[in-house]
Amino acid sequence: MDLLRFSTAGSVDDGKSTLIGRLLFDSKGIFEDQYAAIEKTSRRRGYTQVDLALLTDGLRAEREQGITIDVAYRYFATPRRKFIIADTPGHVQYTRNMVTGSSTADLAIVLVDARKGVLEQSRRHAFIASLLGIPHLVVAINKMDLVAYSEEVYERIQTEFAEWAAKLDVHDIQFIPISALHGDNVVTRSISMPWYQGPSLLYHLEHVYIASDRNLIDARFPVQWVIRPQTDEHHDYRGYAGQIAAGVFRKGDEVTVLPSGRRTRIKRIETFDGEVETAGPPLSVSILLEDELDISRGDMICRPHNQPTVATELDAMVCWMADAPLREGGRYLLKHTTRTVKAVVEDLRYRIDVNSLHREQDATELGLNAIGRVLLRTSGPLLLDEYDLSRTTGGFILIDETTLDTVGAGMVLQAGPPQQTVEDPGTTESAGEAGDHTERAAA
Amino acid sequence: MPYELTHLDALESEAIHIMREVAAEFERPVLLFSGGKDSIVLLRLAEKAFRPARFPFPIMHIDTGHNFPEVLEFRDRRVAELGERLIVASVQESIDKGRVREEPGNPSRNRLQTTTLLDAILEHQFDSVFGGARRDEEKARAKERVFSLRDEFGQWEPKAQRPELWSLYNGKIRRGQHMRVFPISNWTEMDVWQYIERENLEVPSIYFAHERDVFRRDGMWLSTSEFLPNGPDEAVERMVVRYRTVGDMTCTGAVSSPAANFADIILEVAAARITERGATRADDAFSETSMEDRKREGYF
Ligand SMILES: Nc1nc2c(ncn2[C@@H]2O[C@H](COP(=O)(O)OP(=O)(O)O)[C@@H](O)[C@H]2O)c(=O)[nH]1
Repeated sequence: MDLLRFSTAGSVDDGKSTLIGRLLFDSKGIFEDQYAAIEKTSRRRGYTQVDLALLTDGLRAEREQGITIDVAYRYFATPRRKFIIADTPGHVQYTRNMVTGSSTADLAIVLVDARKGVLEQSRRHAFIASLLGIPHLVVAINKMDLVAYSEEVYERIQTEFAEWAAKLDVHDIQFIPISALHGDNVVTRSISMPWYQGPSLLYHLEHVYIASDRNLIDARFPVQWVIRPQTDEHHDYRGYAGQIAAGVFRKGDEVTVLPSGRRTRIKRIETFDGEVETAGPPLSVSILLEDELDISRGDMICRPHNQPTVATELDAMVCWMADAPLREGGRYLLKHTTRTVKAVVEDLRYRIDVNSLHREQDATELGLNAIGRVLLRTSGPLLLDEYDLSRTTGGFILIDETTLDTVGAGMVLQAGPPQQTVEDPGTTESAGEAGDHTERAAA
Repeated sequence: MPYELTHLDALESEAIHIMREVAAEFERPVLLFSGGKDSIVLLRLAEKAFRPARFPFPIMHIDTGHNFPEVLEFRDRRVAELGERLIVASVQESIDKGRVREEPGNPSRNRLQTTTLLDAILEHQFDSVFGGARRDEEKARAKERVFSLRDEFGQWEPKAQRPELWSLYNGKIRRGQHMRVFPISNWTEMDVWQYIERENLEVPSIYFAHERDVFRRDGMWLSTSEFLPNGPDEAVERMVVRYRTVGDMTCTGAVSSPAANFADIILEVAAARITERGATRADDAFSETSMEDRKREGYF
């Protein structure tokens, strides 16, 4: 049994809570006492049937306001897979929550209300999924019961969405017509939509192939902690402990340690359960090296002919998560893998209108929930990959030095001094004035 | 060549990573150990993260004084096997010192543990505290971060949580604040049992079916003990039971079960239709928000 992490995003009333409730209920991820509690609440509120959406209510504030305002994690398993759902709110004011929930997801479910078609918000959700590098997208066209299970409606939405999504960096999109309320195509294939030949949503979640999403090429091992027992038995023992970010390491491999650039070989790869010959992501292991080098937390072990860029400048997309805006000249702490340095915003190149995907070149700040492209300079070298290559060595967070809060999430587009060549997918040029809807020529 | 990676491998690796982050970014961590299955898993994960060296932190038990004797015996044996340092923070001492008062008519010391825990954190100047809480246990926990900040009064502010992305945890705190860290946030009860079975970990005997004198109260089977006499209308029965959680004896209910080994327990969990808290914790049922309230105050 393996593990699939997926995120869900939908706008208020698209049926996201109902869908999750149904997945949990039909896969027996709901317990009797939880069911009894929502049954009671449904009755108290005068509903005629049990509202499965209540299952996903979390904190009191949300119950009071009747909305989902944070990322909530939910779990269920079928005999084939264990699932972790990052349940995120869909409204634009919670973009940061969506970004958070997307950061670890293998797959994203974007909900579309069949009656309304592809709205701005569905596009926004898909854009965020692609920005955060989620490899698989499911577009669940919900409330098919309210459009008489019409194939034409489904086809129209699918075509429209697919045309638009061609601009994004998403390689696998599955469209599924569903009714979350009645259960059509959620767990079992619907008899009301014989024209649909594809899998049910749960079947797709169980079978989508994710093993090849792991990067097994670009060996990257950020040193997290040095194990030094200092006992007689393990006198000279030095284990470099960490979680493999990408690539496969083998005993005997020649390796380079960054930022020093020193070369040596892997003497052993150890776990508590014994030595292993090879190890790949995301395993946590200890690496022992042939030579005694001065290595500490924040260093990275990689292969001599495949290294990340050692740089103090980076060009990145940033999603802003704090009330106090990001501005040019702003100083923050930047945490990237196991290394934390100081960073200054050299340039805010543009902000992206997350609904139209236009680039606002004249933007002077990134407010809460805004996404934009920035140039950062750091106090010390970082060992950077493009986010496209590896989410672990291409992602970073920004921390406010005074509040100590996490204020930004960043994805590296390019490491090193700024160049003009890197394009971020999906967005279009615009001077940022309202009403400018020029489409960029197909990339 | 893609390789097989089970859900337990993925969860284990994530948890080890979290523990090492704490060791690297904090000065004075501590690991809370109750003797229950979740903290048993934490100890194994700590071995996986730090051996062959010793743990870079002590182990702490918040002792309610209402323990199952089997659990205390197990605790001491396990800690001795590991060769690690154990701190016992006692609720009885907090009561004797007048830091907390027992509520008349309420035998449970569950809520009192919060003060004992916060006092111990202060006394030892711990800046980070590993706990075995899981997000599937309860709905307030479903939204709690892996690195969960506590203010200088030990309180949790659910609305002001830091965003948590990728595997990048923000370990920055101010003086007086501390971080609660939950390495097995993403595990379910089933995952915990499967892992215990896979690792062949010892658990206290009360997790397995045994004969016990119990009586019915608030819809639960409670064990008779010196801390909790049965009332005049509460008939004592001898039953074959086991426990799904290990806590304060006065508010932890037994379930009628013949499960005698890990395989039986896993089958039982797979078929269970009631959450472990719903089945066995009297204190959670009081109000729809009771866990959220206790967590805000600084509870585990
Ligand atoms: N007819 C119909 N109604 C649905 C469907 N899915 C959800 N709903 C209803 O739409 C409303 C909003 O659903 P909810 O799950 O709360 O939406 P959320 O805000 O996205 O979580 C509720 O009244 C649901 O019963 C569906 O497939 N068909």
